[in-house]
Amino acid sequence: MKAPLRYYDYEKDISGCGIFGVIDKKRGLIKGDMPIAAMTCMHDRGNGLGGGFAAYGIYPELADLYAFHVMSSSQSALDRAEEMIKAHFEVHESQPMPTRKTLAIKNPPLMWRYFLSVKETRPRWKSLGEEDYVVATLMDINKTSGGAYVFSSGKNMGAFKGVGFPEDIAEFFRLDEYCAYIWTGHNRFPTNTPGWWGGAHPFTLLNWSIVHNGEISSYGINRRYLCMHDYECTLMTDTEVVAYLLDLLIRKHGLSRRMASWVFAPPFWDEIERMSEEDKKTFTALRMVYGPAMLNGPFAILVGDGKSLMGLNDRIKLRPLLVAESGDRVFMSSEESAVRDVCPELDKVWMPKAGEPVIVELEA
Amino acid sequence: MAFTPIGKKYHDFQVVRDKDACINCQVCVRQCSYGVHTFDENRKCVVHDNSKCIGCHRCEALCPTDALLIQEKASDFKANACWRPEFIKYIYKQAETGGVLLTGMGSPVNIPVYWDRLLLDASQVTNPSIDPLREPMELTTFIGAKPDALAFEQTPDGPKLATKIGPQLRLKSPIMFSAMSFGSINFNLHIAMARAATELGIFYNTGEGGLHPSLYKYGANTIVQVASGRFGVHRDYLNAGGGIEIKVGQGAKPGIGGHLPGEKINAKVSETRMVPLGSDAISPAPHHDIYSIEDLLQLIFALKEASQYRVPVGVKIAAVHNVAAIASGIVRAGADYVAIDGMRGGTGAAPGMIRDNVGIPIELALAAVDQRLRDEGIRGQASVIAAGGIRCSADVVKAIALGADAVYIGTAALLAVGCTLCARCYTGKCPWGIATNDPSLAKRQNPDKAAKQMANLIRAWSHEIEEMLGGMGLNSIESLRGNRDKLRAVGLSQTELDILGVRHAGA
Repeated sequence: MKAPLRYYDYEKDISGCGIFGVIDKKRGLIKGDMPIAAMTCMHDRGNGLGGGFAAYGIYPELADLYAFHVMSSSQSALDRAEEMIKAHFEVHESQPMPTRKTLAIKNPPLMWRYFLSVKETRPRWKSLGEEDYVVATLMDINKTSGGAYVFSSGKNMGAFKGVGFPEDIAEFFRLDEYCAYIWTGHNRFPTNTPGWWGGAHPFTLLNWSIVHNGEISSYGINRRYLCMHDYECTLMTDTEVVAYLLDLLIRKHGLSRRMASWVFAPPFWDEIERMSEEDKKTFTALRMVYGPAMLNGPFAILVGDGKSLMGLNDRIKLRPLLVAESGDRVFMSSEESAVRDVCPELDKVWMPKAGEPVIVELEA
Repeated sequence: MAFTPIGKKYHDFQVVRDKDACINCQVCVRQCSYGVHTFDENRKCVVHDNSKCIGCHRCEALCPTDALLIQEKASDFKANACWRPEFIKYIYKQAETGGVLLTGMGSPVNIPVYWDRLLLDASQVTNPSIDPLREPMELTTFIGAKPDALAFEQTPDGPKLATKIGPQLRLKSPIMFSAMSFGSINFNLHIAMARAATELGIFYNTGEGGLHPSLYKYGANTIVQVASGRFGVHRDYLNAGGGIEIKVGQGAKPGIGGHLPGEKINAKVSETRMVPLGSDAISPAPHHDIYSIEDLLQLIFALKEASQYRVPVGVKIAAVHNVAAIASGIVRAGADYVAIDGMRGGTGAAPGMIRDNVGIPIELALAAVDQRLRDEGIRGQASVIAAGGIRCSADVVKAIALGADAVYIGTAALLAVGCTLCARCYTGKCPWGIATNDPSLAKRQNPDKAAKQMANLIRAWSHEIEEMLGGMGLNSIESLRGNRDKLRAVGLSQTELDILGVRHAGA
């Protein structure tokens, strides 16, 4: 798409962070208490300006519906967003997000959630595939509602985030009452935050959720590359591009998760030189074609999609990432202490190599 | 009217000779191809004629006793902000000759150099800067059309690439030697460029003067150019290089052709260009088979057919007002790359009025083209090469951040072998042995030495680019390309910021 006027003129948030993720390969449900305890252990990795969680398997009765979590700075913007939602979707259920009044969370935005299916007769974007239609609608809401943001849009999953320490955010959203088979959590240490709820992690798009520790130094080109492919970044933080890139590479271009991780953290040219002819061709092509999608700069990310949990480091490992196994559960975390805190006995603990993704798929 | 020309005494330079230091060795006499220095048999000493001096500094550089100083002549016309001295002198000259004012090299006029108004970013605290001496730092660049997406076939041995990617130029560093024809510069420098490019894993461009068969062995690092005169273009030539470039325009002289005077056409140039010995080689202003974009498409594909689609075919244009739309048309016509030459680009000969008044700076042109191709979703279909006024490695970094895949350097490569920008390339008397085919002057360039100096320059710049990349927290050039977040501007208007797509410093 044509870049919007002054698309180059944006604020970008920079932050350091702590991340935690856990998956139960057999879809065994994990209570919210566990990721909350793990994030609490890494309290010092944040500064109270952002915390959040993503949870998969939390809406089993409404699993076929898109669950939109919407935050809004004003009632009028929320009304506009709701109007747009009603125009584009069948609303099966809608309610205020269950929250609890807590001392630590001051002036939260309005929170609402909707369970939706795509309308038989669409008002716009008739030729788009269903998921593209959902993406187009939510991007339009984020851009034009004047203050309302759809920050979660997948099925049987949800993101919960805001300004505060993760344990406070969890308390606010009553996450101790949810059970999920994949959890990710994030504690944020922004250095120039505009202090707004939309900028907290995780970032989600459809079923994708991302928590990220690091700074994406390639953000400027990632953002322009995405704009060329019709994704407009509106959330003022670099992590947003990871969500859109995953959607583009995996859902639209049909790359595997492994292949996408090679796009994000490709092997160095001197490694490619030493590969077999076939691999040399593959990786040269991957770097040539997807160079603008490479994530450069320090990062550790956890990506959930409802069927798997993936952890990935930048290719020179400038951020910590640890993986641990215990029975059917696999943990990924910035610090081992967080994992030991919630699961002292571990079968296996290791630090994945730079640029080597750890992809844990559900077995059930 | 005086009997001597009005302008005779209003020359630009003055030779200052330290009589105590001068030993009358006559090195200056032998080195000056403009006859400034002569030996006075009666007085038994070297004397000079200031009016002939063109300011090349050759005598000064070679004087064994450091007795010479070449400086601008201090004499000033009465101060006048409108009628500056150059305009006064132009008129004297033209009143005398009735001719077009000729110049060489890039435009010296005082239009903004946007490189100087753009500043680079560096990491502090929130991400670590990367030390290129300790960590890998990658500059490898591919020039050519890329598909939008890749498809893979699942095989038992893992995924296999199913998408076929067109031909590419693979560069170890995003810098190439720009088109400078054999004829405009001499053969020694063509050998030097070919060797340097081969050694560095980059490319040099033949320019429009053909390619001498003895240089075919460097073909893997050669871009062969097809210009409006079609000099030296034949089947073997088109298949001799790693890439083909259609030259539509040149930044120093957009809209006009070229003229290599017969005096420069010696036997070797004649053989290479396929023109008669001693006859003028005139490149028409347009290609007479390209009067529109659809004609360009035909030529692009004619050249692809002739080279069996083995090599990328690019198009070079001058940066003119409508450059973004033109570039978009070129990409849609099937070009694998677009080279854009800004108005400060060099030339062997151009009318001064054209050089100094036609075209736009490369920075604005590049930013506009990159954005336009992105807006139209076709940025991947072709690479963009920026040329015309790249002076140092920081300019390269800024060009890439604005959106270039690579840059061409011409003037900088000649500076590396001694050029002092005296801008008299069109006379064929280059005292540095660069823009001349006179054997006694041309031998001042030793191909081995020249190749080494050119290679040194690119190596030095590449190291500096690595340092700047690492400082920004990047370890691969593709993360810089088009990453305008790494640039901030100082002292530019909102309009300029909008065109460059760069925020102001502090914002």
